[in-house]
Amino acid sequence: MLRYLAARLLRALLTIFLVVTFAFFVLHLSGDPAMMILSADAPPESIAAFRAAWGLDRPLWVQYLNYIAHALTGDLGNSMRDGRPALDLVLERVPATLSITLPAFALKLGIGIPAGIYAALHRNSTADRLTMLLSVAGFTVPSFVLALVLVLVFSVQLGWLPSAGSDQATSVILPIVTLGVAGAAILARFTRSAMLEVLGQPYIRAASAKGLSWRRVVVEHALPNAAIPTTTIVGFMVGTLIAGAVVVESVFAWPGIGRLLVSAVSNRDLAVVQAILMLVAATMVTSNILVDVIYGWIDPRLRSKGVVDAS
Amino acid sequence: MAEPLVALRGLTVDFDTGKRVIRALHGIDLDVAKGEAVGLVGESGCGKSVTWLAALGLLGKQAHVGGEVRIEGDNLVGAPVATLERVRGRRIAMIFQDPSSSLNPVHRIGRQLGEALTLHRGLTGASAAAEAQRLLDRVGIADAARRLGDYPHELSGGMNQRVMIAIALSGQPDLLVADEPTTALDATIQAQILELLGEIRRETGMALVLISHDLGVVAENTDRVCVMYAGRIVEDAPIATIFGGASHPYTRGLLAALPELEGPRRRLVPIAGVVPEPWNLPSGCSFAPRCERVIADCERAPPASEFLTPDHRVACIRAGA
Ligand SMILES: Nc1ncnc2c1ncn2[C@@H]1O[C@H](COP(=O)(O)OP(=O)(O)OP(=O)(O)O)[C@@H](O)[C@H]1O
Ligand SMILES: [Mg+2]
Repeated sequence: MLRYLAARLLRALLTIFLVVTFAFFVLHLSGDPAMMILSADAPPESIAAFRAAWGLDRPLWVQYLNYIAHALTGDLGNSMRDGRPALDLVLERVPATLSITLPAFALKLGIGIPAGIYAALHRNSTADRLTMLLSVAGFTVPSFVLALVLVLVFSVQLGWLPSAGSDQATSVILPIVTLGVAGAAILARFTRSAMLEVLGQPYIRAASAKGLSWRRVVVEHALPNAAIPTTTIVGFMVGTLIAGAVVVESVFAWPGIGRLLVSAVSNRDLAVVQAILMLVAATMVTSNILVDVIYGWIDPRLRSKGVVDAS
Repeated sequence: MAEPLVALRGLTVDFDTGKRVIRALHGIDLDVAKGEAVGLVGESGCGKSVTWLAALGLLGKQAHVGGEVRIEGDNLVGAPVATLERVRGRRIAMIFQDPSSSLNPVHRIGRQLGEALTLHRGLTGASAAAEAQRLLDRVGIADAARRLGDYPHELSGGMNQRVMIAIALSGQPDLLVADEPTTALDATIQAQILELLGEIRRETGMALVLISHDLGVVAENTDRVCVMYAGRIVEDAPIATIFGGASHPYTRGLLAALPELEGPRRRLVPIAGVVPEPWNLPSGCSFAPRCERVIADCERAPPASEFLTPDHRVACIRAGA
């Protein structure tokens, strides 16, 4: 098991390295930061000076090796815009992002999973059909559209909630709801089909034939099995806690990572973009490892396989 | 005849598939006496499993069950859930065709066995563990104490079926319904499992319904056989009567298709034709289209079941002829 985890960790680090490398070349080949930051009609000598100051005049592979060497020591470079360490700029934004993505995550689980279970247990009932209809609506409507509708209703029409910004306590509500709805919809659908799949298995009928009440059959026999596929999608959602709010943060002018990413990309503020991507890759990779550990914990078949793999 | 342990009377099952309603059982009459071993044979899809799943109320919502299932004064058809739960596992236990998928993959054997012991006998903790171990021992699992900690995927199919039998025994049922308990297992294991069921039956006096599509298996392990065809019991008689003088052409067809253990080898004769679709049954006898002895009257109405002798009944208008 330890060797298995070590292998996973190594793979995770490799993934992060590849993301960083790929992003480095794409960003450096797709636009000149000097032009973006100083504007295109700046005098040629100031542009040249800017490029020399940031090492942009050196061959690309030198810049790359330089970047990697620094990154390995924990130095992700400075923002070209305000000169501060990129990592600081990014980490500063984490609380703001988490303050909407964590509650949204809770909302997804709290609504999506029970709704999915209920729908599966009452398959083909009106409640099931309604849940699935809402679910389809929930994840087919793009989040910016939903955001605009919510703003129209709750800010413009009713005047209950602020339409954007972060200056009031109630400002978090609309971003959270917008994020939560789509996730809850996806999770409801997924949980429902996982449950239906499990409910059709012979061991469910066998458990009923034993004399267990339907409630115990569902809670003790169906749910633990349905949790296995559902873990995958929940793990994926954990992976998006940092970067999953780009659109919503932009629409609601929420000062989180997502908005920082948008402005850093459009400014070609390379170090900042790189730092964000690294953080995103790290959360995704961590959540993947977490999912694997949970899998092993709830599914004994994988547990013994994991041990076999590692040897 | 004494009061039967379980009596099915005019049991019908209709599946509502949304598009159409399919009648899977057309009125099953079947008695199982205390301690008796009854075989239920017939081709795939004739309703063997549905009969007993319906009796225990295990078919789910799209199945509409009619008729009566009597056990000690209770009628299980339409009975409250609490009544059904008292019968399941305790009066009537059931084991299934695919043992490995009939056990929950995420729970240990010990837990699945212990669950039944707690439910039916109120055993918990050490006494449940001791009894679980004794039961695993009883069904012939070596190293029972260690096996309690195993998961189903760590055991072979035959072992899992033994575990299923141990679970079934934990409720000390009056009747065990074994639905093709050996179909998924290879031949040697198959014989061992059937042997085990026989032993347990002699020991405990439990009745057995052995469902199979193999008349040979049923003949070796039961006292009496009910032959089903397209949702009806077409013949019901003691084994000796069936082998000595089966009356229904379908039963005779099954016998002709049986390899003979003794005597000269002969060509096996499969029954010509196919089973009609349940939604497309002929108006008369369901077997008429495949029957060698069919006459015009056969196509008029489904034949009623008639007793030729007190323990031999057959649903064929030409049975006496
Ligand atoms: N849930 C269901 N919905 C619709 N039809 C069903 C359902 N379950 C069973 N049936 C139908 O009921 C009929 C009897 O099925 P059953 O499973 O009892 O057959 P069987 O005799 O046990 O066959 P096998 O030897 O294959 O197990 C079949 O025609 C089958 O298609
Ligand atoms: Mg069957």
